Amino acid sequence: MDPHASVTNLPDSAEGGAHAPHGEEEHTHPTWSTYWKVALILTLITVAEVWAYYIPSFVAGRGFVPTLLILSALKFTIVVMFYMHLKYDHRLFRVLFTGPLLIASLTLLALMFLFGHLYIKVM
Amino acid sequence: MSTSVAHTSAPASHHYTTLGLDSRKVAIWAFIGSECMLFVSLISTYLIYKGRSVVGPFPHESWTDPATGHVLKPILNIPVTSASTFVLLMSSLFMVLALAAVQNKEKPKRTRGERILGSSKLWLWMTAIAGATFLGFQAFEFTSFVHEGLSIRTNLFGSSFFTLTGFHGAHVTAGVLWLVTLLAIDYRRGLGSKDSLLVDIAALYWHFVDVIWIVIFTLVYLIK
Repeated sequence: MDPHASVTNLPDSAEGGAHAPHGEEEHTHPTWSTYWKVALILTLITVAEVWAYYIPSFVAGRGFVPTLLILSALKFTIVVMFYMHLKYDHRLFRVLFTGPLLIASLTLLALMFLFGHLYIKVM
Repeated sequence: MSTSVAHTSAPASHHYTTLGLDSRKVAIWAFIGSECMLFVSLISTYLIYKGRSVVGPFPHESWTDPATGHVLKPILNIPVTSASTFVLLMSSLFMVLALAAVQNKEKPKRTRGERILGSSKLWLWMTAIAGATFLGFQAFEFTSFVHEGLSIRTNLFGSSFFTLTGFHGAHVTAGVLWLVTLLAIDYRRGLGSKDSLLVDIAALYWHFVDVIWIVIFTLVYLIK
C-alpha cells in the first residue's frame, strides 16, 4: 500500500488544512466564550504578577521567584494549549514544539549552573 | 509508479504529509520550535550577564556615578511594560477571534453579536493595531532608556537587554506586516473558511511571539 496514496482521498473540506482530515485526528476548536474566559484568566494572572512585584515583604521572601516562574509557566501553557490549539491538534505538533522547548530549557539550566547562577548544596 | 500517480492526480493546492497533515502547518511548528531555541539562547545570555554590569544604570537598583555623583534611578518602568504586556495578551485574543471568524465565515450570522464576532476584518485590524501599540510602547521604552543613559553599549545589561527585546520587537514587526498582508487579501477577495490555514499559520506565529513576551516579562522585568 502506497503511503502517499491517501493524499488523493482527502476531502475538499480539508483544503484549509488546519487539522488532519482523517477521522481519528479531527478535533473541534474551543468556542468564542472559551477564548474570552482564557483572556480573562491571562489578565488576572498578569495582574497578580505585577501586584506581587509591588509587595516588598513578598519580594524579599523566598517564594517570590518561584511564584512568578509558576505563574509565567501557567500563562505560557494556557496560551499554547488554548490559543495555539496544541491541546486539540495532532500530537506531531506537540512533539515539534515541546521537543525543541525541552532541549532549549535544559540548555538554559545547564548554562545557569555553568555560570554559577544556580547551584546544588553538597552536604 | 503508484506514488507518482497519486501525486500528479492530487490538486496542486494540497500539501499533505503521509499523516494527513498539511505540510505548511508542520513547517510553521518546526519553525516555531527553532525559534524557541533562538529566544532561549538570548534569554540565557541575558540571565548569565544579569547582575554583572560594572556601571549603571541598572534594571532594579539605583546607581551613583562616582565621577559625577549623579544618581541614576532603576531604569525599568514596570507600569508601562505591564500595560504593553496586557495589550499583547489582548492581541492574542483578537487573533483567535480572527481565526474563528474566518473558519466560520460560511455560517449564517443572525444577531448583531454574531456579525461582530464573525468579522475577520475587524479582528485582524484589532490584532494589527494591538501589535503596533505594543511596538509603540517599546519605542517609547527604548527612547526613554537612551535619554536616561542606557544604550546597547553602556554595560552588559544594556547589551543583553536591547538584543533580547530588540529581537522580540523585530518579530512583532514581522507579525504586524503579516497581518497587514492578510487584511489586504481579505479586502481584495475576502477570506473564507478555505483560507483558514493561511490565518491559522499567521496566528500560530503571533501567539508564539506572545508566549515569548510572557517569559521575557517575568524574567527580565519582574524578577529582581
